[in-house]
Order: sequence, then structure tokens, then C-alpha cells
Amino acid sequence: MVQTTRRTVLAGMAASGAILAIGVPEVSAATPKRGGTLNVVIQPEPPGLMLGITQNGPTQMVAGNIYESLLKYDFNLKPVPSLAKSWEISDDGKVYTFHLKQGVTWHDGKPFTAADVVFSADVFLRQTNARLRVSLEHVDKIEALDDHTVRFSLKEPFGPFIGVFEGGTMPMVPKHIYEGTDFKTNPMNATPIGTGPFKFDKWEKGSYIHLVRNEHYHVPGQPYLDEVYWQVIPDAASRAVAYETGKVDVLPGGSVENFDVKRLTALKNTSVTGKGWEFFAPLAWMWINNREGPLSDKRFRQAIMYAIDRNFAKDVIWNGLGKVPTGPVSSKTRFYSDDVEKYPYDTAKAKALLKEIGYDGKPIRLLPLPYGETWQRWGEAVKQNLNDAGINVEMVATDVAGWNQKISDWDYDLAFTYLYQYGDPALGVARTYVSTNIAKGSPWNNVEGYKNPKVDELFDKAAVAFPDAERQKLYDEVQKIIVEDVPVAWLLEIEFPTIYRSDVKNLVTTAIGVNDGLGGAWLDR
Amino acid sequence: MKPATKDFWRRFLRNPGALIGLLILAAVVLMAIFAPLIHPQDPWRMVQRPFLPPFAVDGFWFGTDTLGRDIGAGLVYGAQVSLLVGIVSTVVALTIGVTLGALAGYYGGLVDDALMRFTEFFQTIPNFALAIVLVAILQPSTESVIVAIGIVSWPPVARLVRGEFLSLRSREFVQAARVVGQSNLQIIFGQVLPNTLSPIIVMASLMVATAILLESSLSFLGLGDPNTMSWGYMIGAARTVIRQAWWMSVFPGVAILLTVLALNLVGEGLNDALNPRLARKGR
Repeated sequence: MVQTTRRTVLAGMAASGAILAIGVPEVSAATPKRGGTLNVVIQPEPPGLMLGITQNGPTQMVAGNIYESLLKYDFNLKPVPSLAKSWEISDDGKVYTFHLKQGVTWHDGKPFTAADVVFSADVFLRQTNARLRVSLEHVDKIEALDDHTVRFSLKEPFGPFIGVFEGGTMPMVPKHIYEGTDFKTNPMNATPIGTGPFKFDKWEKGSYIHLVRNEHYHVPGQPYLDEVYWQVIPDAASRAVAYETGKVDVLPGGSVENFDVKRLTALKNTSVTGKGWEFFAPLAWMWINNREGPLSDKRFRQAIMYAIDRNFAKDVIWNGLGKVPTGPVSSKTRFYSDDVEKYPYDTAKAKALLKEIGYDGKPIRLLPLPYGETWQRWGEAVKQNLNDAGINVEMVATDVAGWNQKISDWDYDLAFTYLYQYGDPALGVARTYVSTNIAKGSPWNNVEGYKNPKVDELFDKAAVAFPDAERQKLYDEVQKIIVEDVPVAWLLEIEFPTIYRSDVKNLVTTAIGVNDGLGGAWLDR
Repeated sequence: MKPATKDFWRRFLRNPGALIGLLILAAVVLMAIFAPLIHPQDPWRMVQRPFLPPFAVDGFWFGTDTLGRDIGAGLVYGAQVSLLVGIVSTVVALTIGVTLGALAGYYGGLVDDALMRFTEFFQTIPNFALAIVLVAILQPSTESVIVAIGIVSWPPVARLVRGEFLSLRSREFVQAARVVGQSNLQIIFGQVLPNTLSPIIVMASLMVATAILLESSLSFLGLGDPNTMSWGYMIGAARTVIRQAWWMSVFPGVAILLTVLALNLVGEGLNDALNPRLARKGR
């Protein structure tokens, strides 16, 4: 098991190309070594570590070592055992039965049982986790059949349901600590108790978080490391320097600026991987305001797609990491289909389309994402692409608050963004395209104003269709329609590079990446 | 050439620094005027492979930036922006400063008090901080940058002009003009102001330099017009890769340095030429 996973990681890294010329780890059948300390950057410092209450990215990354859920997901988003050793889904897709591992204990020594699962899902998280609550609306009841068996009964089949048993979405919390208390103010939130491979030891605010080995962990032999220090370093340049000087061994995705990636990965004994983001599958696109002017014409939006050199952005701005998308669903997300209209970089074709419409050179405003240099450069490159095709684009400068405001108020023509997909189109894709999701006030809904009754109907059906083959058919059809209509311009399936020393083994083994805990990680030193 | 003009040039050119400054400045102005001829293509165009070092490929002597845009083209078009912003914002500052200073100095009393308190109000706020706030409120664009720089740079002009007016208003030629029956406005603009021009011109040349620096600093922080290629923007965009690609920030940096230095040298030369007695005393 360990061996195959390692190979998958390596294959993925080899695919990301030239940047790996130096520092590719050796493929050896070495058995994991015990012991050692791992220093990892955490950026920014998390607001708390109680994963059931706080769900920020950095919280997930650290607390993913303390808390666990019933399942993990491999790089293809197939569920694999974690706290559940096996599970069954009934033929009608409405009953999910989980068999829990025997002999699992909480960090304080109490046994982990089915009662904890029922409490976590039905009581605790229903109250604290808004994203899970939406999925739980499809659930009729959650019961413990015995100490090690849990049954989720659904009101109707809900395909994405098998994807909600992820550590950050449904972390198991101890019933004996939280039952009957006010969850948010429970003093135990400061010293979190989970079932994970590492136990909380100390949090020196502004400096580091220290986790130590859980010697009673339920996976034999794991964890291999003695301790993990999560180093808090607020400045991006200092984080890069901390890696160079050896203070830290791992730079998780997004903790250094993109332009530093090339320099850092060229260092000796250094590896990089874009894996570990398959579950979130961040997809970057450009909002196109479909409501008025030339942008309301489908052919104009297609011309935009032809005009943009998306491979250039991937190779130059993102250092070759990521993949040019074919449409609204990331190739890493379930039910992806590439049987859609393709839009290669073709300035001549874009010009022809513009001529056909009779575009009069009306200025189009472009709002880049104010998230730093990478996004600024990306905006400039796209602007130049569009200008080359004869579209008169003007760049608008703004800050994060102004960006949120403008997008939420639909006061834009073109604007950059990126969103997570959460493994299933029903969770992370439909929200951008269904017309019931058009409402001012949020930058994350259908802000482009795309309305297509057929698309609405297909997304509604596909969410509750059963079995998966049925869902695939519906999603194939909807992807075809959306890609033809180009409601937004898809730019890149982003892969945030995780940079690490080559002697850190088994760092990223699941679709959740570093967020899924360091139980299997070991040091070959 | 009139004898006075001849005299001016003689004194100006006696200062070798001024001559050098004038030559550099002339080169920058010519570069700005003939930019479309030197580099016909848009400076934003990605024309070569990114991170191309200087002198590696013919025609790209200054190398390319992170997106493969020609840095040479950026330098040439950046000169346009720098000069435009420098000159226009100085004109804005002079208009405000000279008007307020002249009124305060000529009328004195309550008018003077009111206008000078107003001026001090602006002087107490740090220039650059106020410029950042103004640009942020007005949305970054060439116009808003010019307005912001103009608004933060006028107080010294007002104080200078006020001082000159205070010392001149009781001179005999002013009294004579008053006796002849000239109106206050006629006296201000026809009699006193022409006699204060020398220090104003010297100050203006230095203000252009300061304005160019301010514009570069704003662009460096990402508050410049996002649609114009300026030297400050080039440095700001390149600072993150300075360890990999020195040339992206060094060339525009040198361009700013030379232009500002040239303006300062010219300003000093003007000072020598226009205030001969003062200059000789200094030596």
C-alpha cells in the first residue's frame, strides 16, 4: 500500500516536468524509518485548532494531524479507509453503512465508538459547520447499530454524499468532552483531543505549534515522526529564506510566491509536487458579465476563449504547474468530461468571430485578482492577448475589498477568480452556473448572470440521480452545453506546489495533501 | 540673441554640471517624443521569451521581463509617463501655490493668516502618505496620480511666493503702480509676479524631479495607472525576482536616477544663471 502510493506521487511529479530536473527523490523500496523532527511552514497562523469549529485552510492543515474522519480519498478521489475500515452503500443509494476500526482511542485514552460518530455528525457539526449542514439536509437519520457500526439513511439518493467524509468536512469530535457543553466556548478547544497520528502539545502564539507522536495511533507503525513543529513566519520572503537556511523542511502550497518556486526547487535535495489538491481542485477562470453589451453575445465570449494563450500563462506565470481546463469541471473532479468544444489559442479565429458580430471597439474593463504579483502579471498577459485579438481592454486597479464589492454588485466586465470544487460537481460546480444562484451580495455565486433552463434542470437532476453512471450521463450533457455557451472563461486548473526536502518521504499521499496529516511521513536521514 | 539672454546662457553654461544635466534631459525628452519610432510595438506586448538577460539576443539589449516584454520598450515609453506626470503635476502645484502665495503675501493681515493656516494644514501631513490616500480614493489612473502629486506639492511654492511678495509689495515700483491707479490684480500679475519668477522657475525644475520620484514610488506600490508602462511599475513588478533577474529593476532604476539627477543639475544651473549675485556669494 505504502509503495503504490509513493509511486503515484512520483509519477505525478514527473509529469510536472522540467522543474524537477534536480532533486527527484529516488524510487527505492526502503522501509520507513522511525524518529526525527519535521519543521513545516504554516501560513497564515490559524485562528484556532478545533477543526469542528474553525475550518480555515491553515487550521485544516495543522488539525488534520489531530482529527480524522471516517474516510480519506486517493488522488482519483476514490474513498479509502481511515476510521472506517469498510462501508456499504445500498442498491438504491439511500443507506450508507460504515464499519469502524476496532481499538481506536482518543488522545486522552477513551475509546472511539459509533456514539462519537453520531454525536459528531448529527449534533456537533450540524451546529458548527455550514458547508456540511447543506449536505446533511439530504439525510433522514444517523444511527449507531452497535459500538462499531454506523448507518446514515438518506431521504433520496445524493451522489456527492460519499465525498463528505473528509477530515476537514466531517472531523470526528469526542462526545465525552463536548456533549452538553457550549461547543464554541468549551475550554478544551484550546487543547484539542482527536484520534489522529499526532497529539497537541504546545502553541507559542506568533511562533510555532508543536505536535508530538501519538504512540497509540490505530495504524500499525505510524506515525514515524517523533514530533512536528509548525513554524509561523508571516513574510513570504522570510519563509523562502527559512527553507534555504534549513529552518523548515516543508513549504506547503501557497506559502511562497510563485516566482520563488523556480529558485527553491532548483536547490539541492529539493522536491516539488502539485499533488494533494485533487479534492479541492481549485479552478481559475475569468468572470464574464453576461448581462449586457457585446459580452451578452455567446460568439464574443467564444472569441475571448480563442484569444487567450492559456498555455503561456500555465508555463510562464505558474512555472508549468497545473493544467489547461476544458470546461467548468476540473479534470480532477468526479464526472469530468472532455467531450466538449475545444478552444485552442487562435487569434485569427477570435478576430473572425469579432468581425462577424461587428464589435465596435467598445472598451471592456478587466479586474485582476488582487492576490499578489502572480495574479497581477496574469491579468496583464490576458489583457495583452485580448488586445492582440482586437478587443479593447482596460485594466482596472482595485484592492481585495474593492474586488469583493465590485463582483458582488456585478459592477465589472471581466474579472479573475478561482474557486474550489470539493470533489463533486454538485458541491463545487453547479453553484456557479445555475440561475437560482443569481443574487447580488456574494462574489462566489452565479455572478456572471448566466441563465439556461436546460442547464438548471440537468444540474438539479444530476445531484440526486442514481447510480453514478446516470449522473455521468447528465453531467456529460451539461458540460457540453456550458462549454458551448462560455458563461465564464476557464483559465487554469491550479496546482499549488508543495516544496519539500527530498529526504522527507510520503509527505503527500491523498487528494487532501498535507491537510490529511503526516501519519505516513518519514525522514530518510 | 538679446544681451540678457546671452548673459543667461553664459552664466548657465559656466556650470559644467548644468550642461551635463541639460544634455541628459534633452536625451530623455527626445526618447519620450520619438518613442513610437524607436519601438513601434506596444511595451506591454510579450515579444521574446521571458527572463531574457541583456545583450543575449540582438535587438533586446535590455533583456525581457517576467512575461517576455521588452525592457527597452518599457524604458522608452516610461520616459513619456514620467515626463508627462512630472510636468503636468508641477503645473498643477504651481497654479495652486502661486495663486495662494501671491494673495497671502500681497494682502497680508487676515487673508495671509487664513491662507497660511490652510497651507500649514497640508504641510503637516506627510506628502507621500497623502498622495497614497488620494490615489486610493480616486482610483489609480494617470489623471488621479497627477492630481494627487499636484495637491501634495504646492505648499512650499505658496510659502516661497508669499515671502517674495511680502518683501516686494512695499517697494517703490509697486507704490508707483498704485499711484498710477492700477488695480490690485494688475499689480499682482503685472508688477510683482514677474519679479518673483526666477526663484519660482528654479523651484519648479526641482519639483518636476520630485514629482517623477513620487510617481515612481506610487507605481512601485502598484498605485500607478495599470494601463501605462512606467519606470516605477517596472521596478515594482521586478522587485520580487531581483535575485533571479537584476536587469529588470536596474535599468528602470538607472533611468529614474539619471532623469532626476539631470533635473537637479539643471535646477542648480538655472539658479546660478537667474540669481547671479546669490550664486557668487555661495562660491
